[in-house]
Order: sequence, then structure tokens, then C-alpha cells
Amino acid sequence: MSSQKISLTINGESVEAEVEPRTLLIHFLREELNLTGSHIGCETSHCGACTVDLNGKSVKSCTVFAVQANGGELVTIEGLANGTEMHPLQEGFYEAHGLQCGYCTPGMLIRAYRLLQENPDPSDDEIRVGISGNLCRCTGYQNIVEAIRYAADKINQAEGAD
Amino acid sequence: MTPGVFEYHRPNTVEEALALLGQFGEDGKVLAGGHSLVPMMKLRLAEPAHLIDINAIDGLRGIRDEGDVIVIGAGTTQAEVLTSDLLAKKCPILPEAAAQIADPQVRNCGTIGGNCANGDPGNDDPAIMMALDASYTLQSQDGERQIAAREFYQGIYTTALADNELLTEVRIPTPAEGVGMSYQKIKRKVGDYAIAAAAVTLSMSNGQCTDAAIALTNVGDTALLPLAAADAIKGTSVDASAVDAAAEAAMAASEPVEDLRGTREYRTAMAGQMTRQAIVEALSRAAGS
Amino acid sequence: MSDAQEMTLEEREASIGGIGTARKRKEDARFIRGQGNYVDDIKLPGMLHGDFVRSSHAHALIKSINSEEALKVEGVLAVITAKDLEPLSLHWMPTLAGDMAAVLADKKVHFQNQEIAFVVATDRYAATDGIQKVVVEYEALPPLIDPKTALDDDAPIIRDDVADNDEVGQGKRHHPNHIFEWQVGDKEATDAAFEAADITISEDIAYPRCHPSPIETCGCVASMDATNGKLTVYGTFQAPHVVRTIVSLITSIEENKIRIVSPDVGGGFGNKVGAYPGYICAAAASIVTGHPVKWIESRIDNLSTTAFARDYHMTGELAADKDGKILAVRAKVLADHGAFNTHAQPMKWPAGFFNIITGSYDIPVGHVKVDGVYTNKAPGGVAYRCSFRVTEAAYLIERLIDILAQKTGIDKAEIRMRNFVQPEQFPYNSCLGWEYDSGDYPTALKTALKAVDYDGLRKEQAEKREKGELMGIGVATFTEIVGAGPVRNCDIVGLGMFDSCEIRVHPTGSVIARLGTKSTGQGHETTFAQIIATELGIPSDNITVEEGDTDTAPYGLGTYGSRSTPVAGAATARAARKIRAKAKKIAAHVLEVTEQDLEWEIDRFKVAGSDVSITMKDIAMAAYSNIPEGMEHGLETTDYYDPPNFTYPFGAYICVVDIDRFTGDVKVRRFYALDDCGTRINPMVIDGQIHGGLTEAFAIAMGQEIVYDETGNVLGASLMDYFLPSAVETPEWETDFTVTPCPHHPIGAKGIGESPNVGGVPAFSNAIVDAFAHLDVTHMPMPHTQGKVWKLLNELGLNK
Repeated sequence: MSSQKISLTINGESVEAEVEPRTLLIHFLREELNLTGSHIGCETSHCGACTVDLNGKSVKSCTVFAVQANGGELVTIEGLANGTEMHPLQEGFYEAHGLQCGYCTPGMLIRAYRLLQENPDPSDDEIRVGISGNLCRCTGYQNIVEAIRYAADKINQAEGAD
Repeated sequence: MTPGVFEYHRPNTVEEALALLGQFGEDGKVLAGGHSLVPMMKLRLAEPAHLIDINAIDGLRGIRDEGDVIVIGAGTTQAEVLTSDLLAKKCPILPEAAAQIADPQVRNCGTIGGNCANGDPGNDDPAIMMALDASYTLQSQDGERQIAAREFYQGIYTTALADNELLTEVRIPTPAEGVGMSYQKIKRKVGDYAIAAAAVTLSMSNGQCTDAAIALTNVGDTALLPLAAADAIKGTSVDASAVDAAAEAAMAASEPVEDLRGTREYRTAMAGQMTRQAIVEALSRAAGS
Repeated sequence: MSDAQEMTLEEREASIGGIGTARKRKEDARFIRGQGNYVDDIKLPGMLHGDFVRSSHAHALIKSINSEEALKVEGVLAVITAKDLEPLSLHWMPTLAGDMAAVLADKKVHFQNQEIAFVVATDRYAATDGIQKVVVEYEALPPLIDPKTALDDDAPIIRDDVADNDEVGQGKRHHPNHIFEWQVGDKEATDAAFEAADITISEDIAYPRCHPSPIETCGCVASMDATNGKLTVYGTFQAPHVVRTIVSLITSIEENKIRIVSPDVGGGFGNKVGAYPGYICAAAASIVTGHPVKWIESRIDNLSTTAFARDYHMTGELAADKDGKILAVRAKVLADHGAFNTHAQPMKWPAGFFNIITGSYDIPVGHVKVDGVYTNKAPGGVAYRCSFRVTEAAYLIERLIDILAQKTGIDKAEIRMRNFVQPEQFPYNSCLGWEYDSGDYPTALKTALKAVDYDGLRKEQAEKREKGELMGIGVATFTEIVGAGPVRNCDIVGLGMFDSCEIRVHPTGSVIARLGTKSTGQGHETTFAQIIATELGIPSDNITVEEGDTDTAPYGLGTYGSRSTPVAGAATARAARKIRAKAKKIAAHVLEVTEQDLEWEIDRFKVAGSDVSITMKDIAMAAYSNIPEGMEHGLETTDYYDPPNFTYPFGAYICVVDIDRFTGDVKVRRFYALDDCGTRINPMVIDGQIHGGLTEAFAIAMGQEIVYDETGNVLGASLMDYFLPSAVETPEWETDFTVTPCPHHPIGAKGIGESPNVGGVPAFSNAIVDAFAHLDVTHMPMPHTQGKVWKLLNELGLNK
């Protein structure tokens, strides 16, 4: 089993590693780098708990090989906050009770992070479509929609004030 | 739930990819979006010795207007199709369909080439390409050939694509202005394949249908092109009885399997109903009706 | 003494963050940063991974298991089979229902995907490599899939191991595939009432096999420390103490040498109550290899092997007079428990609390008979977001009363009004043996009808019917029975179903509390702190709540069946009150008055009729420095609470659907849920629970089913097929409430998490059937997939 060298940027930091080609990105993150915020909920790319941001796009890291991320730029839940300052989305999820067991939350947040860049002022329906690749069993989504709305408003107000 | 061992290759050009395909033959497998292949590998239902990742080949990406033909690089993602202004204007059935394929993350990876080449009757693009009378460019070290989408599909997971060939682009005859088109899909939930789906394109002139094509998804071993369905509306005003006749013809052509999406009877009926809805929708979008 | 004195009473009350406040959740801080600690996040030095070779057959003899090639695979260290576990007596394990279940298939397999061998390897990739190389030779046996044929004379015998036993843990049985027969009620009187009644209705109503499927699957890390002989198991356990006791009983390791830890758990919904072969095999593998061993279930394994729910095949009947007043209820149930009776209910209740089938209605007499059978399907029978078999019971009675309404021509809301147990009847003794604690059903339903403009909806429906359009209005007025439970009638392996809370007040006035329950997303760290905050006048932010570590938490029976608030929540309030009682003595001592001179005011004891007071914070310091003579230092206590009764949350739900008559697609236009869970601890958390429970009810009603083909292949056991609705499919929810406190609970709370699932499912079904009620349709099978709805449309010729 020949391993390959990869280098990539994760949450702004350069990472170099030797990986076996068959190592899935989610396992690389969780087991090699101890970035355990992204989770595994299925094997078939349906649940979205493993969602990370790769080269400016939301992807399901259970269905991408780590070698494919070579040279890429990755953002995971661990990189969402700015130091101790919460991202508006994290604040929104806290304020609007957008999580319960917390297992789907990191994937949901990282997906919403990209959604708000693709569409800074989404309608509730657009939010629902935007997070339709992330399954949650606890919340019924209603408060997640509200949490993302909260963050969008906060970001837009901050930008409006600039 | 982890894949077996393989050698990973990441060619930067089509030529390099073709060389690898030539070298490995059936031991090599092309990795495009990976959302059909990788789960199969995790279940060890697919264990390719060599994986040829074509995602680094810039030449395979992009959508361009060549006048009488729209060319979509095989590596173009469904997300790119969904947000393409060119397609929204000239071939809106493709973004309409892309919105109904999988979910946002999967659309960021899933490619139009993969959807067309995979040979899974559940894929949505094959029926649309058949309705649009698109052709595929297949390249190998031995050269290049064009094959009509209507000729490409042979059975479940079997297509005209040879082991050493790569589907590099999809060529769609630019639809004439005013052509109405629609893709109607009924599914159980986001991320599901169709219970049944129908792609319809039609042209109207002075209230008469001058041309039409109808194709169906996931109600046979391959996407289906029931010519009788299109014939049923051609030359008519696309009134209720013509729509009924087309739906009947679509149902007659359908041979779905019974699965958790529904019985044969239900899925056949939905092939008819989606045909009906797609015709009505396409008609509302067509000029000259 | 401090700033607090300048605050008004209201400000002081608000600063506590106690009962009734929509306090933001304490646990969120880690979850939103990706800093949760779930079992698969745990990594121990030298840790190995184990995974299973599983059966491809539903029913077969195992002729041989050949591990030779697997052991040659790089990274594979061991392949454990039943033969290896037999010397340790771990190849079978006792179930919570008094049956035995195979840990690894012993000579035969009983269902598809049953665990056959446990491959232990350096990582999960190598484990999968090894699994591919284990060769199992089978001799196929005829499978038994349809429970309705289980008791036939010529039915294949599933459990050779117990074929000759005349009971398998839950009373006499009469066939090798029979597990139990359970009857309750007065059969003779019920039959007589049916004989004499003007109107009777009967319907076969199935509640299909489904699965809780939390986003985190089951898993564990087992670590045997050879130096001190202590086994630590981190795992997805809803009931960690019960796991410790059971592990001790089956391994003979003393309980002080076992530590069970539930870290953060990614949803449970009943899936994580039971003991699964993975836990036993990981522990055995750790003992054998001397390394920690991790086992994490795949989604396919989860859906196809651990903890299915329901699979109840019911026939329900009502007898009534011409005015729709119910005179009797009768139910016969065939319960499919799969290959082993691993259902998770209190042991004396083989069909759980199914005798809550009287629902919210004053029914004079009734009779219930439930027969459990084995089939060649995965074992289980867990309570999927409900108290034990309560959702099946609620589904049956709420469907039956709708059918009775149709038969009598009485409006579906009106017939409920006519049959409700009235507020003045509480405590109400049902004909099937329960004492309902409190309720006001008419007010709940009236409020609901008004909120949705029920009359207006019925008018709109009539107009739509004229036009051939299909609109349905579903009403469900359910009553739950939760909070198991009184030790006199509830136990698990002989352990009474009490629960516990230990509270320690630190010298500076902050608190740590530990409970025997385990949050799997309900927010216990937040809400239990609120109970203590109100009882002790200490800000909830200064109260830490811990659960899930058996080395530190007091013994408890865990979280399921909506028992945390009714039982552990009561223990929490009572522990706090014991502390307050001691605090009062200290306050009297410090203020040099008698206890009779003192009155409690939010966060302090005050000398009545004066400004003199001492805050709880100051009392805490005094407890460690200035106490009355003869008193022990410190301010801490533990309470073990044995509830005198269950609690009976209830609600009134109304669902409005529109049906596409060409595709069978059902659109939920509106869903209004009024819940009464007694005292409301945290309205924000309650609403979240209701949203989630309704979404699970929606999933069950509209699409969830674990399907088997006739040869026992489990179909659709992945998220491609199994319906976990996304945000797109999920409707919007409207919530509302009334408050009827529980009279026997210290703070009057009843529990909420499961009501929306119990009441939601019949509300959806009732709405969909109601759309067809004018065509004499009384029932249709669940789940209401597009295909099933279309089948009815097609039969009725409505899709033309």
C-alpha cells in the first residue's frame, strides 16, 4: 500500500501528510488530524454530517478521498469562529435553539457558511433547499432556518453599516 | 464501510487520462464526482485497482456556445449547470433538472459527464440528452468518436463506452428560440432517484406542435425515448386529448421494476403523469402556442 | 448585603434563570464549535477497531467459518467467533425481556446481517479488508418473515435453543415461535358490551416496523486495564448504569471494576437503550488483546440490526351507542419481535403500556390481548421516541375514534368532546388499570379548534369536495403515559425504575449536580440546572449538571420513555429541597432566629416582617464555616425518587393536508400542536422537542418502514431509501400549550419529548384518511407513501 504525500490548507494552516489513497477525507481529518468536529452519519453521502468546505464549495467528506484535497483549501467547523469570537452562524444556532444533540451541527454550520456566501439574503425556502443535503433528527429544521436567517441578517446589517 | 486498496492517478490533461485508461483497461475506473462510485467502493461492490481522477483536467470543464451547438465539458458539475446563465437562456431544461438532482453538496461534485456515462437508469441527464438529441464525444488513444445519446445506452450500467474510452463532452444542438422544454420528476425526497421523470421539448407554430421529443427516466433498464409519445402531440394543438395520448404512449413504453419507490403499476402511471405535466409545462413555455 | 438588594424582586427572579425561562442552552457552546465529544471522537493509545462479518441469509445453519485468509490480511489481529466467546459464556447474552440473544451466531443465523464473527484490526480499513476474507458456509433453512404465519403448525422453528421451553421469560407460551401472551381487562364484560351495543366498528390497523435512526449510530470503545482489572466502556448508552449492572452480571466482573461512560450522544430515540453484540465483542476483544477496541456501527448495520420499533399488527374495535358514546374497547395484537426478544420495556410489561389504549376517553370497559412471536428478522421492539408501546396504543385509539365518527356521522372533533374524560374526573381510573393524574382535554381541544378555525376548514373541505379536490383535516387528542416508573410495577432486570440526583453546593455558592439519566440531545445540562436554580435561588449559570459516568453519577435507570423530567427531574427538585431545608437551619443559626421566623424569597431566607435576610450564596459559605452545633458540615445530598404514579401528558393536534389526486403526493398545509406537559421548565427547549418529535412523526407516517422481502432480505436499509426527511420535505410547525400541572410531581412537570411523536402520527394518518372520508374510506396502511396513496386514488378512480 503506497501512500502519497499531500499538502493542503486547513482552516488557514498549511498541513502536509502522507496518506493512503483510499483514506477518505473525513477519516483523514478525524483520525490523522484529530479534527473531530465533522462527523460520520452514513456511508452513502446522504446525511451531510461530514460536510466541509473545500475550495469554496460544500462537499461531503465521506465521499471524497484525502488525496483529492491535495493542494486544496479546506474549512471545517474548527475554523469557523474567529478566535474566541463566534461566527454569526454559531451565534444564530445558539440564540435560535438550532441544535439539540449537536451531531449534525458542525456539518450544518459549514454548509450554512457557504450558503450565505452563495446567497447572502436567502428566503426561508431557499435556506431549506440550501441545507437539504444535511439531515437532522432532533430539531425539525424550523429553528435551524431561523438560526441561519439570524446570521444572514446580522452579517447583512454589519455590511450595511460599513 | 471503507474502500479497498487502489492506485490513485490524477492526470492533468485528457491525453494523460486516455493513456492511463489505455494502460489499465478494465482495471481502471474513472473518478469524476464519485458519488455513485465511492459508496460502491465503500461497500466493496466496486474494487478498482486503479482510480483515474479526472477532476484536475481543466479542459474537461466549462459550458460554451458554439452557435448551432452547446458544448458542455464532461467535468462540469451539476452546480455549474444549475447556475449557468448560458443554459438558463438557451437550454433551461438542464438547470431545471439539475435542481432536482441530489442535494447542494452532491451537485458540487457530481458531473454531467458522470451522470451521462454511468449507465444507471436512475440518472436524470440521459433522458434529457435523448430528448435534446445530444451527442457524446468519446475519446481514447485510438481517436475520437461521436455517438448520439439515443444510441449510447444498452442496459443497466452498460453503455457504448469502451473500457479505454472517456466521455469528454456533451454536444447539444442549440434549441431553436421559442422551444418549450420541461423536466418533471417525482421522487420520495431530496437525494432520491426518480419514481419516474419525463423530459419534454416541443416547438409550436401557429398553435400547432411542429416538433417534439419525450424521454423518460428510471422506468426501464435505460432512459427511454418513446417515439409514439412525441408523435401523439406532433401536428396537434397539444390539447387535452393529445396530452392524454402522449401519456398513454409513455406508459406503454415504460417497464419499471417494482422497488421501494413503488409498484410497477404506480411507477408506470407516474411515467404517464410526469409526461403529462412536462408537456403542459413545456407548452406554457413555448413560443407560438 | 450586596447588589442584589438593590434589585427588584422581578429582577432577582430573572437573574436566577429558573423554571419557566427560555434559557439558552449550556451544552451548545461546545457543539457549535465542533468540540462535542462523541464516542467515535475518542481515541486511546493502541486502540484497535472491530467490525462484524454478517449473515447474508435470514435463516441458515452455519456449516463452517474459515478465518484463515482473513488472519493473513495486513493489520488483522483476531477473528472472534461464538466458539471463542463460549468459554467466557459471552456467546449469548440475556435480554431485558428475559430471553437470550446470540452475541455471535452460534451454529445458526436467525436474521439477515446477524453478527457472525468480529474482526479486530489496527484500523477500520484493515477490519473491512479482513471481513472480506472470512468465508462462512451456510445451509439455508426456510425463513419465516410474515408474523401472521409464525404460529402455524408447519412454521419453521426459529429458535432451536428454546424450542422445548414452555416459557421464554414472559409467561407461558404455546408454540416454539410464540414468545408471550398478555391480556388485560375484563373480557367477559367487554364481549357483553359489544353484544349489546347499537354500533360496533372493527379495523385491522398495522403499525409497520420502523427504526429510530439517530444521525449518530451506535458504538463504543472498550478498554480493559490489565494492571488493575478495570474495564472502561465509552459508548452510546441511554442508560449507562443499567449497562454496568448487566455487564457485571454476564461477565462476573465486579461492578466497581466496570466504568461505563456515555459521552455526548448524537440522538437516541430509543435506539441506544439496548445492549448490542458490538458492545460485548469490543469488551471481549479488549480483554483478549489487551488493547482498547472501538466498534462503530455503519448506517446499514444500524438500520438492519439494532433496535427496530413497532411492527404491531392490531385489530381494534369500539362499541358505542347511537350518540357516539363509546361503551367498550377491544384490541388484539400480533407483535413481531424478530429473532430474539430484545424489546426494551420494563420487565413485567411484555407489551409495554399498550393498555393505555383508552386514550383520552372515558370508556367503561375494555380488553386487550397481545401475542408476541419470533420471526427471521432483526430483534428489537424498542420505544422509538415514545413511552413503551404507547405510540401504538395512541395510534390505534385515535384511528378507531375517527372510524366511529364516520360510522355515526358525528364530526370528528365533536365525537372526541362527547367521550373525553372530564376535568373533574381526575384522578381517573381507566378500565384497563391506569390512574390518570390530571388533565383538561376539552379545553385543549376547544383551544385547538379555535386556533385553526376548524369550522372554516370543514367548510373549505366541503367546497373542495364539490370540485373533486382532496383536502383532509386530521384531529388527534392523545394521552400519553410516561415517566416509568413506580418501582412497584416497573423494573429492568430487577432494578426498580427510580432515578436519582446528587447535588453539592460549593462554599462560594455554585453547584454541581449529577443525575442517573443521560441527555441525548434534550438539554439536561440546561433544564435540570433551572430546576435547581428555582429551588435553591442560585443562578442556573452557576450550576453544572453532569450525567453519564457511572463512576461519578448516582445510580439511575437512564433516559427513555420521557422519564428524565418525571423521575430524575423530581429527584432533582427533592434533592434541592433537602438542601434548602438544611440551609434554613443554617440561616436560622447565622441570623440567630428560629426556623419558624424565616420565609423563603427567591434566593434567600428572610426574617418575616423585617429586612433581615441571608442569601443562599452566604448560607453556602456558612455551611462550611458556621453551622449549628451537632450539624454536619457541607451542603450536599442525594435523592432517589420512586414516583408514586406515572405522568399523563396530553395534547390536541390538528393537521391539514392537500392531496394531489394524480400523483398521490400529500402536502401538509398546516400542523397545529397544542401540548400540555404540566409545568413548563424551559419553553424554548419544549418547542424544540415538539418540532423534532413532530418531524419524526411526519417521517414515520409518511415514509419510514423497514421492509423485508419474502426470503428475509432487508430492503432499503440505507439513507437512500429509509426516510429521514430533509428541510425541504419537513412542514412548518405551530405550537401552543395549556398547563395542567402533575399533582404528584414535586414541580408539577409531566415530560414532553415524546408527545409529538405519539400524537403526531395519528394526526397525519387521520388527516389523510379524512381526505377520503366522504368516499367511505375508513383506513389506509401506513406509511402514506405517494405510491400507497395513489393506489387508493386509483382504486377509487379519482386519478382520472
